[in-house]
Amino acid sequence: MFAYILRRVLYAIPILVGVNLLTFLLFFVVNTPDDMARLQLGAKHVTQEAIERWKVEHGYDKPLLLNHQATGAARFTDTIYFRHSATMFAFEFGKGDDGRDIGNEIRTRMLPSLAIALPVFVIGLLANISFALLMVFFRSTYLDLWGVVLCVVLMSISGLFYIIAGQYFIAKLWNLLPISGFAAGLDAFKFVLLPVLVGLVSGIGSGARWYRTIFLEEIGKDYVRTARAKGLSETRVLFTHVLKNGMIPILTGAVVVLPLLFMGSLITESFFGIPGLGSYTIDAIQAQDFPVVRAMVFLGAVLYIVGLILTDISYSWVDPRVRLQ
Amino acid sequence: MSAIQPVILWTDALVFVLVAAGVALTLYIRRHAHLRAPWGEVARRPMAAGAALVLLAFVTVGLLDSLHYRERLPDSPPDKPQYSVEVLSAFDALVGTLRTRQEKTYSAPLAMHLYAKEFVERDGAAVRVYPRLKYGGAHLADEAGRMPDIARRVMLGIAQGVSVAFLVFGALAAWQAARRKQRYGEWLADWGQGRLGWPGRTVVLVVALLATTVAVLLHLAAGYHVLGTDKVGQDVLYISLKSIRTGLVIGTLTTLVTLPLAIGLGIAAGYFRGWVDDVIQYVYTVLNSIPGVLLIAAAVLIVQVYIESRPELFDTAAARADIRLLALCLIMGVTSWTSLARLLRGESLKLRTLDYVEAARAFGVSHTRIIGRHIFPNVFHLVLIAIVIDFSGLVLAEAVLSYVGVGVDPTMYSWGNMINGARLELAREPVVWWQLGAAFVFMFALVLAANLFADGVRDAFDPRMGGRR
Repeated sequence: MFAYILRRVLYAIPILVGVNLLTFLLFFVVNTPDDMARLQLGAKHVTQEAIERWKVEHGYDKPLLLNHQATGAARFTDTIYFRHSATMFAFEFGKGDDGRDIGNEIRTRMLPSLAIALPVFVIGLLANISFALLMVFFRSTYLDLWGVVLCVVLMSISGLFYIIAGQYFIAKLWNLLPISGFAAGLDAFKFVLLPVLVGLVSGIGSGARWYRTIFLEEIGKDYVRTARAKGLSETRVLFTHVLKNGMIPILTGAVVVLPLLFMGSLITESFFGIPGLGSYTIDAIQAQDFPVVRAMVFLGAVLYIVGLILTDISYSWVDPRVRLQ
Repeated sequence: MSAIQPVILWTDALVFVLVAAGVALTLYIRRHAHLRAPWGEVARRPMAAGAALVLLAFVTVGLLDSLHYRERLPDSPPDKPQYSVEVLSAFDALVGTLRTRQEKTYSAPLAMHLYAKEFVERDGAAVRVYPRLKYGGAHLADEAGRMPDIARRVMLGIAQGVSVAFLVFGALAAWQAARRKQRYGEWLADWGQGRLGWPGRTVVLVVALLATTVAVLLHLAAGYHVLGTDKVGQDVLYISLKSIRTGLVIGTLTTLVTLPLAIGLGIAAGYFRGWVDDVIQYVYTVLNSIPGVLLIAAAVLIVQVYIESRPELFDTAAARADIRLLALCLIMGVTSWTSLARLLRGESLKLRTLDYVEAARAFGVSHTRIIGRHIFPNVFHLVLIAIVIDFSGLVLAEAVLSYVGVGVDPTMYSWGNMINGARLELAREPVVWWQLGAAFVFMFALVLAANLFADGVRDAFDPRMGGRR
């Protein structure tokens, strides 16, 4: 088991190197530091001196990959790649264009993101499974048919609509909850409620429909027929046999997104004014703060790969037939 | 020297390539019974057939809106004609005054007064009133006549729509009855009881609904702004209709970019295995591990920098916006081919061990030929299902990306831009809801139709799901 995990972690390294090189290519080669300077300084007729000064200030005045002027190890270390891209492997993200330390921001903003994303994930999973089981229990009836239609309708509505409608009706018109904002500690509860509710509603359509197909696939299998032949009641078959076996693909599918919950949701956080990583990212994109976007890309990739490893482990955990070698 | 100069934007060209490919594919399918069968299955499903008709209506608007031209400036010399910088489309020409009837600012749907009060000179004194609109309800004397007039137009529209539907239905019945050598009444009875072999009742119902909607809209739009006007006074109905093309282009051209990558790399990885498989898997794991929105955002920011630093390449604002739309499609395509590629890889891994593929290899058939004749036709249904399922997701993604600021050009008509521009107006009193509402309703109609159609296609093509319901 340990050897397997170690091998998976080692396998993750080339992928992270690939992500790192890709972001480097996108942010420094396709889009040179000169372009960045011109974009940040705004004016069309910006002088070359101003650009040079900006590059020195932000440390972009070095050669990209190989410094021919330097000697020894500095040939490789005194470059943009080493200073700005390779440091990410040590999770040192440097400073954003606003001068704040990115690593620091990430640490403080993780919790608010999690306060929204975790309840949405957990309650959403339960709600989706319950709804899916309900439809499966009443399969081939009108309840099932209209349940599926409801799912398709729900998933055809833009996520933005749920947010805007939720904010307008629940917060503004009926004054039940605050429109947006966040507070530390337990006060956060009333701010978290509306985003979580919106997140649940916008996810249930596709989620429940997908789980319904998974359960239906299980119901067609031999062990279900055996269980029925034994004389078990339909409820018993559904809740002990089908639910348990259906949970394997559901849980393993959910594990991969588990680490990504730290990243939060861009849209929800920005609409509800949650000071999490999602709104941090969206602000960075809108302000064209490239160091922050780069850091978030790398962080996202790391979390995704952690998710992949966790998925493999959880496979062997829930299904003893899967052996890790 | 003519009155207009046709303009072919990049996306126009690609859209027409896509249409040509669609037509070619249809002709090919018609000639092969085994390919025709699942499509017949799709057509027999009432939901899918109805949704297809609605999609067809959207596509018609989108295609009309893809025939672009520039008008000749009236005072330019005939031997050296100059053309307006404004790029119009056949759709603009068709709706005529809908585009040009611009008010000052917001006005509610079907209103005859402006949303905001203004100082107006009256009897020598300045008074603050809601001024009359320039075009909306301009034919009315006063507010009292508005409701009856609207009701009259709606009635007229319904009457015309229904009669058009009846005419079409009558012609259809006559044609079908003649073809089946039935009597008129017999065919009608079959139709009424759903014994036609295709969902006749749904089709007729949807056509009637579409015709009625169009007729009512035409009558109302002749005298009012049916969905109100936006901040600069432009008709919201016009903007919503223009946004259809953007949504369709994003939903289809992105797939056009995805397909060669997904098919080529997916099949290659599964068929050749070995180092080819390793390399391709590595590439898609890297791409997959970057959060999609961030990768799109990064790439769009870079394209933006490129476009802004090279203004000389684009002669009109429309051309610039168009390139950005194309770039968005390219970027979304490059970031979204991985899931289909993984699916095709798995399927090819299975197919390559089948006896007939082994036999072909033993006979010395070349790899390209084996892939072309034995592998690709057997995974084609997966490709098709992926196309229709991805479409609705892409249309919805456009709105989100425009909100993030990495979507289509801000000057372009799109539902995302409409939502983005209007969401802050909900704080106003009274609420400006019509712009948001229109964008969401149009988007919902397109996505719902696409989803229902996709369900039909999936159920018909995926044998694993067959006969489940």
